[in-house]
Amino acid sequence: MISEEEIKHIAKLSRLEFSESQLEKFQKEFSAILEYVENLKKADTKNVEPMAHSIKVANVFRTDCAIEKGEDTSRRSQKLLEAAPDSKDGYLKSKAVF
Amino acid sequence: MELEKLSIRQIHQDLIDKKFSAEELAKFFLDKIRKEDGEINSFITITEDLALKQAKKADEIIAKKNDLPLLGGVPCAIKDNILVEGIKCTSASKILENYIAPYDATVIKKIKEQGAVILGKTNMDEFAMGSSTENSAFFCTKNPCDTSRVPGGSSGGSAAAVSAGFCKFALGSDTGGSIRQPASFCGVAGLKPSYGTVSRYGVMAYASSLDQIGSFGKSVEDCREAFEAIKGKDPLDSTSLKEPADSEKIDLRNLKIGIPKEYFVAGMDKEVEKTVKEAIGKYEKMGAEIIEVSLPHTEYALPCYYIIATAEASANLARFDGIKYGSSEVGNSEVKDLLEVYIKSREKYFGSEVKRRIMLGTYVLSSGYYDAYYKQAQKVRSLVRGDFEKALSRADILLTPVSPTLPFKIGEKMDDPLEMYLSDIYTISINLAGVGALSLPAGWVESPDDKAKKLPIGMQLIAKPFEEEKIFQAAMAFEK
Repeated sequence: MISEEEIKHIAKLSRLEFSESQLEKFQKEFSAILEYVENLKKADTKNVEPMAHSIKVANVFRTDCAIEKGEDTSRRSQKLLEAAPDSKDGYLKSKAVF
Repeated sequence: MELEKLSIRQIHQDLIDKKFSAEELAKFFLDKIRKEDGEINSFITITEDLALKQAKKADEIIAKKNDLPLLGGVPCAIKDNILVEGIKCTSASKILENYIAPYDATVIKKIKEQGAVILGKTNMDEFAMGSSTENSAFFCTKNPCDTSRVPGGSSGGSAAAVSAGFCKFALGSDTGGSIRQPASFCGVAGLKPSYGTVSRYGVMAYASSLDQIGSFGKSVEDCREAFEAIKGKDPLDSTSLKEPADSEKIDLRNLKIGIPKEYFVAGMDKEVEKTVKEAIGKYEKMGAEIIEVSLPHTEYALPCYYIIATAEASANLARFDGIKYGSSEVGNSEVKDLLEVYIKSREKYFGSEVKRRIMLGTYVLSSGYYDAYYKQAQKVRSLVRGDFEKALSRADILLTPVSPTLPFKIGEKMDDPLEMYLSDIYTISINLAGVGALSLPAGWVESPDDKAKKLPIGMQLIAKPFEEEKIFQAAMAFEK
């Protein structure tokens, strides 16, 4: 069974948190899932290459040129800004980092 | 005339012949949704204004006697993780409850250009994580075939909407079975195209190396027409590929159908086994050659998937930070600094399955576990793909069940996440291998608790990448 300490550590890395009451239930479910995925270790993967993707494409580049700022792009930026919870003078606004 | 029974091709012809207008058609379906969706709950948002605007455009094309594209005026529904400009796009999550899509996904751009009429956005498991649509943060969708049962998931709203006759086709996304399993549960056709066939631009990413957008139709033909409209290489998705030349028309008498022996094992529902085996018998009678094939690494596919998909999800969902978009605790005076904005926003607005998968993905990528879990899973993925390459070099098409069980009861599997994961056991490998697969009804059986109701059982046809046409031909031959 994964320890409570470990769960808290992974939660921190995940930028999540769990209340004490949620923690116990989560610990149980998480341990069961981990135990299940442990099965994977039984697979013989000697000399097998890892695969990140099902198709072989790499480095698809567009032409390296600036996109003209037109009505379309500024309308798009405006829309993206409107989606932000808080913004000011065309920038996203957040709390202080420290 | 029963408009909900017409095929896409028939609607197209009737629109041109002016038997009804696109506006009348749109109003008929909007009205039907208003009256009947209260019982099914397939839609999160109804897009009446957009639908009528599109319908009007189609009617103008018809009035001017210009060529009407096949999907012109055809009513459809879109899973709520695909962006439609100016329309709320929630991914069935509280964290995007009020998010308005700033642009169209490529698939939406394509169907809008054809003049398709978008009626609304459909319910789903939050961020496409689930197999029953019960993980929606808003409400649970019911299976139109039996409303005490789940429609499957994650694209449960899209499958239910097509099954209930609320639209002619629907779009969904499939990462581990999210189109095929709900199609199977709701008795409709659903295609997970081979990876790279359809642009993912504008679909909210769950696991990018596995996600594909695909289509639902009441018939295989309708599903195919919708797929034809959305496929193609897109400069905005660098993993989309150019389609090779069309595959030839197939002759069932020369078709070799492979049956993976690992897919017919203990634990499968007896009715499912019987129905799928009868379907195999039908193909044999039509002249196809049936051979046994082996996918030896099948038992590892599910754990492999849950490592790779969650690892990718943990990275993809890092974008929900309470800063750029979505619900946020940035305005909460008790939240002190940036890190707290991240943690409190995610803690408050993500649902429990999403948190579970982010946690698992973070764990398998974390220092000390990467090689044992993630790298091992990537190697197993190579083995799974190798299995499919071998099997599909011997057979033209593989035929398997879609789900080991009948559509299950609402609430039945909600307390046991692992049990829920097991419902995807037959669909997961296809995404790992990157091949294409279609789910279509193999037969119908009596519901165990209500003999008056019939429940569908789906089967899955699988072919090599870019051989969707072969799948469709074989499926349409069965449907006849």
